[in-house]
Amino acid sequence: MSEQWVEVCDADDIEEEDVIRFDHGDRTFAIYRSADDEYFATDGLCTHEQVHLADGLVMDNIIECPKHNGRFDYRTGDAKGAPVCVNLNTYPIKLEDDKVYLKLG
Amino acid sequence: MSGQITGPVAIVGAGHSGGRTALALREQGYRGPLVLIGEESYVPYERPPLSKQLLLGAAEAPDCYLDKRADYTGLDIDLHLECSAVRLDRDKRTLKLSDGSIVDYQALILATGGQVRQLTIPGNDLEGVHYLRTLKDATALRASLLDARHCVVIGGGFIGLEVASSARQMGCEVSVLEATDRLAARVLPTPISHYLHDLHRHNGVDIRLECRIQRLEGTDKVEAVVLESGEILSCDRVVVGIGIIPNTALAETSGLDTGNGIRVNAHLQTNDPAIYAIGDVCEHRSPMTASWCRQETWRNAEDQARHVAHHLLGDPTPFQSLPAFWSDQYDASLQLIGNPSAAAHTIVRPHDDDHILLFHLDASARLVGVSGFGPGNRISKDIKISAQLINNGGPLDPAGLADPTVKLKPMLKA
Ligand SMILES: Cc1cc2nc3c(=O)[nH]c(=O)nc-3n(C[C@H](O)[C@H](O)[C@H](O)COP(=O)(O)OP(=O)(O)OC[C@H]3O[C@@H](n4cnc5c(N)ncnc54)[C@H](O)[C@@H]3O)c2cc1C
Ligand code: FES
Repeated sequence: MSEQWVEVCDADDIEEEDVIRFDHGDRTFAIYRSADDEYFATDGLCTHEQVHLADGLVMDNIIECPKHNGRFDYRTGDAKGAPVCVNLNTYPIKLEDDKVYLKLG
Repeated sequence: MSGQITGPVAIVGAGHSGGRTALALREQGYRGPLVLIGEESYVPYERPPLSKQLLLGAAEAPDCYLDKRADYTGLDIDLHLECSAVRLDRDKRTLKLSDGSIVDYQALILATGGQVRQLTIPGNDLEGVHYLRTLKDATALRASLLDARHCVVIGGGFIGLEVASSARQMGCEVSVLEATDRLAARVLPTPISHYLHDLHRHNGVDIRLECRIQRLEGTDKVEAVVLESGEILSCDRVVVGIGIIPNTALAETSGLDTGNGIRVNAHLQTNDPAIYAIGDVCEHRSPMTASWCRQETWRNAEDQARHVAHHLLGDPTPFQSLPAFWSDQYDASLQLIGNPSAAAHTIVRPHDDDHILLFHLDASARLVGVSGFGPGNRISKDIKISAQLINNGGPLDPAGLADPTVKLKPMLKA
């Protein structure tokens, strides 16, 4: 099965304008809830060094990496300039019965 | 410089800040000649992994390179490696290089960093005595620690402590010898020093404070460290981390102002406005304390490099950046922002688990610095919010800061 939806957490488990870490098998993801109450998912590790983005800060549409302040737009995965120059992958998210689901690619 | 530079730009020092300046100039559209001169044999790299991932074998040289995909040839950056700038002629605006060639410049950036301070006691030249500043040093130290039994670290500052942490994780017995009465005393607030001390003790490091060393002993290889107290610590490796001396020689011999570094104004220009100094070698007046200061941090190298690139391309904004430093040891990380030492008082934000934040306030309850310590990157979020609180500059409610159930993020909007 190359594509599947997996349950991440309850919708309320993520605060508004915040992020959590989600591990599945040997993969790790960052799951975001925006200030407008939308949900997004990206790779869990920064593309500069192997650091969990969920320890970083969400402001507007940006996740700022905890380590060297590398910034990504978490809606598109775009790296916003050095020290990060490689984009993040993004993943589809859906909400069902107040639960957050992530689609594995 | 005023207006946009067109003439040749020369950068001396192909380390973090020199490399970043070159890349940022191209990124921002500078198309003129650009020369980057570096004594080392590697393309510009970041030093923080040297004492951490690289020693542990979790990273290799290319993992440390600045912008791993940077293509200096493609960007038309004239990179001279294993080559040093030996003379600066300010009247002719030329640099003489160690290979005999002459480089012209319109603007010159001195990004020469520092060199390790050497011990001056007998035995310093024995085999098995290491210093750590460069990738070459780090590679040699890793190889050496792989079969070490007992490593004595001289200097309880960040480099020494990070080496101690890595050496413990590689299975060595480790002693840390520090001259003052607490670890990293020059930089760290006392409570954070104590946390760090506990962390190392917990991991089996033998820490000696107020410790004076008389000499190193051994026939060819180092075999012991002899203390002034007469005690003899037997060992098979010594790592010395007692600070750096800024590389100011080019500046001094050409009549630029120097103190404990090359002195610059608010735009990072020396007393010759065609010449800038950045990174570890740069001494500037702290906007917060007005005293001369030199920073040895990744963040400073990064921000000063970008500032100079902007300034050369016509942006007149003075340099402004919040000082910031981190260190990783074992599975913990400490962070420091602003100027904790400029504070009138300090508020502790206790957390019931294993991390701590200290808010350093001035006499009018404005935040001037924050420091913290905790596992992984646990404190990062709060440190980032705190950085914005410092920049906002308004007075804060000390009771809220002291109460971990009161969230910090809403204070940004207050
Ligand atoms: C082991 C280690 C770990 C660190 N860890 C951290 C950390 O965790 N967090 C943090 O914030 N900071 C850390 N730092 C500090 C940070 O790496 C430095 O502040 C940063 O490298 C400074 O950059 P720079 O460009 O000023 O100097 P450097 O990176 O030292 O570059 C200067 C370069 O100039 C070259 N040079 C000097 N003179 C000449 C000349 N005449 N001609 C040609 N080339 C010349 C030198 O060979 C060198 O390559 C660490 C430093 C070290 C050594
Ligand atoms: S690890 Fe994310 S910016 Fe460096």
